[in-house]
Amino acid sequence: MSYVPETLTHRLNSLHSSPSSDSNPFLLIIIGVFTLISIRFLYVLNRTGKPMRRGRRRPLSTLIVLGSGGHTAEMLNLLTVLQKDRFSPRYYIAAATDNMSLQKACGFENSSDDEAEVETAQFMQIYRSREVGQSYVTSVGTTLVAIAHALWLIIKTRPQVIICNGPGTCIPLCLIAFFFKVVGFKWSSIFYVESIARVRRLSLSGSLLYKLRIADQLYVQWPQLQKKYPRAIYVGCLM
Amino acid sequence: MGIADGNVNPKRIVFVTVGTTLFDALVREVDTPEVKKELYAKGYTHLLIQIGRGSYIPSRSSGEDGSLAVDYFTFSSSIADSLKSASLVISHAGSGSIFETLRLGKPLIVVVNEDLMDNHQEELAEELADRKHLFCAHPQTLYKTIKDMNQESLIPYTPGDAKPVARLINTFLGFPEE
Repeated sequence: MSYVPETLTHRLNSLHSSPSSDSNPFLLIIIGVFTLISIRFLYVLNRTGKPMRRGRRRPLSTLIVLGSGGHTAEMLNLLTVLQKDRFSPRYYIAAATDNMSLQKACGFENSSDDEAEVETAQFMQIYRSREVGQSYVTSVGTTLVAIAHALWLIIKTRPQVIICNGPGTCIPLCLIAFFFKVVGFKWSSIFYVESIARVRRLSLSGSLLYKLRIADQLYVQWPQLQKKYPRAIYVGCLM
Repeated sequence: MGIADGNVNPKRIVFVTVGTTLFDALVREVDTPEVKKELYAKGYTHLLIQIGRGSYIPSRSSGEDGSLAVDYFTFSSSIADSLKSASLVISHAGSGSIFETLRLGKPLIVVVNEDLMDNHQEELAEELADRKHLFCAHPQTLYKTIKDMNQESLIPYTPGDAKPVARLINTFLGFPEE
């Protein structure tokens, strides 16, 4: 019989017997929470894209993401045919370095005859995840800032509707909104209209939202895109 | 600002626009003697260039010596007036410029900027050129496009409609039909 110290034997025995009463429930709780989150996540994913069930009469708070160049022009073209009394209050968001878009949106809002409608519009700026030509190293930091800023803006506005049409600024906002859906904080319907300039393939923002299935409705303006992305909805040219 | 110049030929303006971009290659090409001579030969009297953020400055000309009158500016809050008074528009491939021009029913040559990375703009210009709504060119092929263009072959563009999308959004959100 080999000599084994008493303390060591005791330790070996306790390992083979049932685990101590502290670690087991903790592990169960972690597994339970993880399962709940997964179920909730799958539920949200499944519900995304399905129309609202109940009939609606009250206006919905709306977040509108603007972008440089043609994006804002296309967005205002769409907003012209949306009933302002149904999409109210309206929050316009543009990138911090975009000077023209908020001005144009302000002009659009002021062109309304109804004073009451104009007061329900607000204009905000968001930090860009990455400027053109920025190094990828610093981009990590600025992207985190953009996501934190998006979080703040979504909490502040708590939109029921989000409308965007391409600029990268919409991605942090849509991701946060989707996250809030999963967590049960707020349910935002996300509408993405791919730019008319995208004929053969989706933009980066568009393909991200398409692949991750985050947008409730993703509209495309050219039939080639509908063929390539079957879950997209072809609506013809808007301009 | 009269359109007709007494009993002489009325103004026929070629308007060149680069939007908010930098597109020196287009401005340079338009400012070459060959292109200007060809435009004059086609019956155009004035060339107005919106140069945007470009660093190449074209030379102004009054056109009194029987050539094209040339003028330029950098930006304006709205190019709508310049587009309306133009007989021919030569534009960069930005969707805003393209559709603003098409909706006014003006003949349009779109010039694609090859220096841009990820040239997705080319897709739109090519698609619309395939559908014969405009002519599509690169800076190097602009002269030939102007020389060979037959504006009779252009098909007018019917403006699009955003109402179907509005209807879809309303229906999805559960709003009643109007």
